[in-house]
Amino acid sequence: MNDAGAAIPVLRMAGVSKSFGATRALDDVSFELLRGDVHALIGENGAGKSTMMKILSGAIAPDAGRMEIEGRPYAPAGPGDGLRCGVSMIYQELTLAPHLTVEENIMLGREVHAAGWLDRKAMRERVRDVLALVRHPEISPDVPVGPLSVGAKQLVEIARALLNKSRILVMDEPTSSLSQEDSQRLFEIIRGLKDQGVSVVYISHFLEEVQRVAGSYTVLRDGRSVGSGAMAGTSLDELIQLMVGQKFTQLFPRVEHAVGEPVLAMNGLKGRRMAAPVSLSLAKGEILGIAGLVGSGRTEMLRALFGLDEVEGGTIVVSGADLAGRRPWTRIRRGLGLLSEDRQGEGLALALSIADNMTLSDLAPYRRRGLLSLAGQRRAVGDLIGRLKIKAKGPGQKAGDLSGGNQQKVALARLLHQKASVLLLDEPTRGIDVVSKSQIYEWIGGLARDGKAVLFVSSYLPELLGICDRIAVFHRGALVESRPRSEWDASGLMAAATVGRASRERSPEQRNAE
Amino acid sequence: MSRQSRVRIGRALNFFGPFIGLLLVIGLFALIPEVQGRFLRAANFKSVATQSVIVALGALGMTLIIISGGIDLSAASNIALASVITAYAINAGAAPPLALLFGVLTGGVVGLANGGLVTRLRLVPFIVTMGMMGIARGAAKWIAGNQKIDAPMTWVNELMAKSPEPPWLLVAPGIWIVILFAVALAVLLKYTVFGRHIFAVGSNEATARLCGIRTDRVKVLVYMISGLFCGLSGVMEFSRLTVGDPTVAVGLELDIIAAVVIGGGSLNGGEGSILGTMVGVLIMSFLRNGCTMMGWPNYIQEIIIGAIIIIAVALDRLRHKGE
Repeated sequence: MNDAGAAIPVLRMAGVSKSFGATRALDDVSFELLRGDVHALIGENGAGKSTMMKILSGAIAPDAGRMEIEGRPYAPAGPGDGLRCGVSMIYQELTLAPHLTVEENIMLGREVHAAGWLDRKAMRERVRDVLALVRHPEISPDVPVGPLSVGAKQLVEIARALLNKSRILVMDEPTSSLSQEDSQRLFEIIRGLKDQGVSVVYISHFLEEVQRVAGSYTVLRDGRSVGSGAMAGTSLDELIQLMVGQKFTQLFPRVEHAVGEPVLAMNGLKGRRMAAPVSLSLAKGEILGIAGLVGSGRTEMLRALFGLDEVEGGTIVVSGADLAGRRPWTRIRRGLGLLSEDRQGEGLALALSIADNMTLSDLAPYRRRGLLSLAGQRRAVGDLIGRLKIKAKGPGQKAGDLSGGNQQKVALARLLHQKASVLLLDEPTRGIDVVSKSQIYEWIGGLARDGKAVLFVSSYLPELLGICDRIAVFHRGALVESRPRSEWDASGLMAAATVGRASRERSPEQRNAE
Repeated sequence: MSRQSRVRIGRALNFFGPFIGLLLVIGLFALIPEVQGRFLRAANFKSVATQSVIVALGALGMTLIIISGGIDLSAASNIALASVITAYAINAGAAPPLALLFGVLTGGVVGLANGGLVTRLRLVPFIVTMGMMGIARGAAKWIAGNQKIDAPMTWVNELMAKSPEPPWLLVAPGIWIVILFAVALAVLLKYTVFGRHIFAVGSNEATARLCGIRTDRVKVLVYMISGLFCGLSGVMEFSRLTVGDPTVAVGLELDIIAAVVIGGGSLNGGEGSILGTMVGVLIMSFLRNGCTMMGWPNYIQEIIIGAIIIIAVALDRLRHKGE
């Protein structure tokens, strides 16, 4: 806020609610954005930020509540309406057409033309103007967008929004894929926009960055707005405290288990898509949590560990044998099992039955002279369905017909069925209901009791703190720190994941507990 | 090599690749002593070009469809249907220009149906046009009473004449028509909003929608335009055969698609050019012509053309690997 005129709200959202099925994604949220302000919207994954921004852009409609832009009611019917009212989104997932050039992408849908004939000169001028604001060595109007670096692509998207002469610019994690230098450039652009009276809603997990760039903040937690105010005078700790809240552990049934001898050791493991080599070890009966923001390199590590991405260096020793050069097939037989974070796209074959999905990785027991024994397969699967309390009509039901929680249990049952002894679980509770979550926690605890080793990747800190023996944190592609669970608290984890270093201090809470 | 220069070389290859292929094919036959005398004659080139007209017209429309990320398997059936309708109209006493118009419009209607089904019912183009392939072929046979339709000679039959009237045309009017439309479509793709939207829909449909492009309208138009070109191609087929034959051009859709792909079109959408497609058509025609002159049987031609398609697409993959 640089002058008195800045105190006019450009956007007001009041009592906005939205449910998806049984999940209440937004619950009576109010929000005010001032002219020329950069307003940070922060919260954990699933706190409701994306839903709120989708409502603002017009991509989805709220169940209740109203919105005003400059005092006038605003009820967009689609993204087109949002654009016309001066609301531009810069999405986290890139939305460029890879075959078209920078200029063609920037002008897409807004081509200058006379009776359908492109006015290339006029377009070139406008593109040059916005590119002058962005200034990036890779970007020139005639370069196709496909081969550009991710950072450059992000800046092309920003240029596209700038061209729109937006009053409100929504940036969803704009720096998550930018280099330090490109981020600096982005902050300069934001400052320039601010001076021109443009308001920015800035969504980011990187709290230090948020403190630097934003004038005010709103924190969302579990679909509610739990605090907002001016950024000046608000400390990192206060923000983290708001994000994490005081919710803790009755959700997490603690299953007693003992940590045994080491079973998996990564030494300088470097996968094709990993930013830096990682060394970690895992013991029998141990649950090792992996914390970090989305895109911090956790999934990439699991993929290299399981052999889905090529291993470029380092070793993966499982029970004494190095599996680094082996294919997933061999690794499965050596006891590794991966649960994909993308349940619907990669984890399950939705059109196949529960039975086929559960047994796909190990059909050998059902082979009788080259044919599959369907009866045997059904018997085994029926048993698993009972053990995991899967709500289904029977082994023959399609996996795609089940609810998210039950689908996830089918995917987990596959790992049980293939008798995996080292389980790599990538966001196993994402997007599923609380009851199923709790059952999955109990099941993971049971695995540890049976002497299996579990690598548990999650973006949801309470569950990591609730069930893990040890927690390692990733930040921007590198392993920051690995410590026993007792030496972590939520603020410490959040700080390590968002800032990239773990504070040596312990929280007051912990000191009191001792 | 820097990323930028690699990209630049990739683009250059993209542009010149098909030409190099064409020169290789022509050069190859020109070097074989048994055929070079007959092969390298203006008359032969003229006859190759005339033989290319039917595939070329179909491939012009197909280029738009493939750039937009679609496919049209009904093209050849559509050509046969249009040739039957043209013959039927002339036979029924329609004036030649009117008969020609009927033929072209028939193709347009089939294309419109394809586009409508793809966008309204959200069906995969492969399935819709595969169904249409049967429907159009069946309709052609039905209308023709399951036999060839003879029609009196008119100026329509001159369109594909190797020695045209008047002589100053030098080549068959059909060839000039192809050139005219090729230029028109190349201009459309490069200099109009519609052309740019075709690329955008094929490159990333979700993005196109997000940018406010009416993607369904773009697709319907593309299928309709392609249908009109099939209709025109059907008129040329009639002109060449002087009869309306419902069993003509079976399997020709694959030649048409192959021409677009050899010319740099990507079946994933977003890529392709009119010039490339035309060169692709010529590569296949010269191969056929050369093989025939060599006295090689049909099956050898089929094997060679099959191999060329795979090589062209493999080269395409390699080129994209750097990006």
